[in-house]
Amino acid sequence: MACTRAFTRLTMKRIAVRPAVFTRGLASVNDTHARDPISKVAEKIVPDAARAPIPESKTSTIKEPEPTKDAKTKTFHIYRWNPDEPSSKPKMQSYTLDMNKTGPMMLDALIRIKNEVDPTLTFRRSCREGICGSCAMNIDGVNTLACLCRIPTDTTKESRIYPLPHMYVVKDLVPDMTLFYKQYRSVKPYLQRTTAAPDGREYRQSKEDRKKLDGLYECILCACCSTSCPSYWWNQEEYLGPAVLLQSYRWIADSRDERKAERQDALNNSMSLYRCHTILNCSRTCPKGLNPALAIAEIKKSMAFT
Amino acid sequence: MASQRIFQLGLRRAAAPGLRVQPAGRMVQRRLAATEHASQNQAAEILAKQRIARPVSPHLSIYKPQITSVASSLNRITGITLSGALYIFGIAYLAAPYTGWHLETQSMVAAVAAWPMAVKMGVKAFFAFPFFFHSLNGVRHLAWDVGVGFKNQQVIRSGWAVVALTAVGSIYYTFIG
Repeated sequence: MACTRAFTRLTMKRIAVRPAVFTRGLASVNDTHARDPISKVAEKIVPDAARAPIPESKTSTIKEPEPTKDAKTKTFHIYRWNPDEPSSKPKMQSYTLDMNKTGPMMLDALIRIKNEVDPTLTFRRSCREGICGSCAMNIDGVNTLACLCRIPTDTTKESRIYPLPHMYVVKDLVPDMTLFYKQYRSVKPYLQRTTAAPDGREYRQSKEDRKKLDGLYECILCACCSTSCPSYWWNQEEYLGPAVLLQSYRWIADSRDERKAERQDALNNSMSLYRCHTILNCSRTCPKGLNPALAIAEIKKSMAFT
Repeated sequence: MASQRIFQLGLRRAAAPGLRVQPAGRMVQRRLAATEHASQNQAAEILAKQRIARPVSPHLSIYKPQITSVASSLNRITGITLSGALYIFGIAYLAAPYTGWHLETQSMVAAVAAWPMAVKMGVKAFFAFPFFFHSLNGVRHLAWDVGVGFKNQQVIRSGWAVVALTAVGSIYYTFIG
């Protein structure tokens, strides 16, 4: 890879006037500061593939505290890892809960476990109604918000809860979102304008132009889509991922923004945007019903036809 | 912050003197857990240490296989199969005069004709499945490139349609064609 890049760089230098076809640069984002490492040590982490979680068959099961006679017991296998024991492997901890005493959503189950069974279980949650995006996690193999995900009523089926896939785990179900937020920052998610509004009051927009932002502005940045994307798993450092590209398109599509060309130019390299191979896991998993894949396709289209 | 809060409480109490009397200090939130102060440098160090130890959460092994992702990976595998076979044959054909292999059309036809039926069909199936899948899935990709067919329902339907047409087409070419 590095060899190809060096070679590309070399060939590009030779040609004084480059034809437009070859202008696609190498992966970089204008806001280089956004990618500064927090510390040099921390950026050198090498993921250890051997650290697969210990399966639930080899760990204990924590039972419902006071089971009643007509209990509808359901088993939950939850990913656990404690940073206070850094050398220990992550494990799948099993919990059984009486569904009669538990609310209908996965988040209710998690909160009940934390309140009544095991207070050491750690997860993020806030609004419990799908607007904050804190409780994004992988439930039964699909990324979603725990607060919007119903517990399947079939008690014979065991549920599995993992943190968002291919993220560094801070503790239990809490992933490290630092890189994700840095990438969000790198697309400059705010209105960029130099000319003043004609009436000196506000930047007006036609109804049609406003309509273009529907399906984009609703994104809550829960990172469900980005972490469902295999491309994002393998190229997290350079590929921006569906969520951030959707946000990027939200500003590219905004009629009030005057930096459309710069925004497109920042994505015009081999990695930032074009690592999207239309796998479409992102649209499939979005808990808000948005379509990041379509937004990415629109960016690609807008860049191909300008 | 705390002083402001106490001030507000005082104002409120002055406005409504009927409320029960309570020292203002108790109304201010207190943290009962003991915490240790760490300077910014220390905190960064602790964070760096913790980040080294962090595991990567499981991904490919736990994510539910869906028509979206499976079709995408198959698209790549079939593409590699087809182009790989083409490259291997092309290079072998170029090298043939020097190595003494007989890869001319006539000798290949004669060789294949001598194969037993099962081997013939096996080889045909081996190329027919990737060819049909890759070509039909390519049509899906062309549609996506112009921004068509991105709704979840459409993606799932077109995906299964490709699978079905691949099965029909490749079985036809394996047994009849």
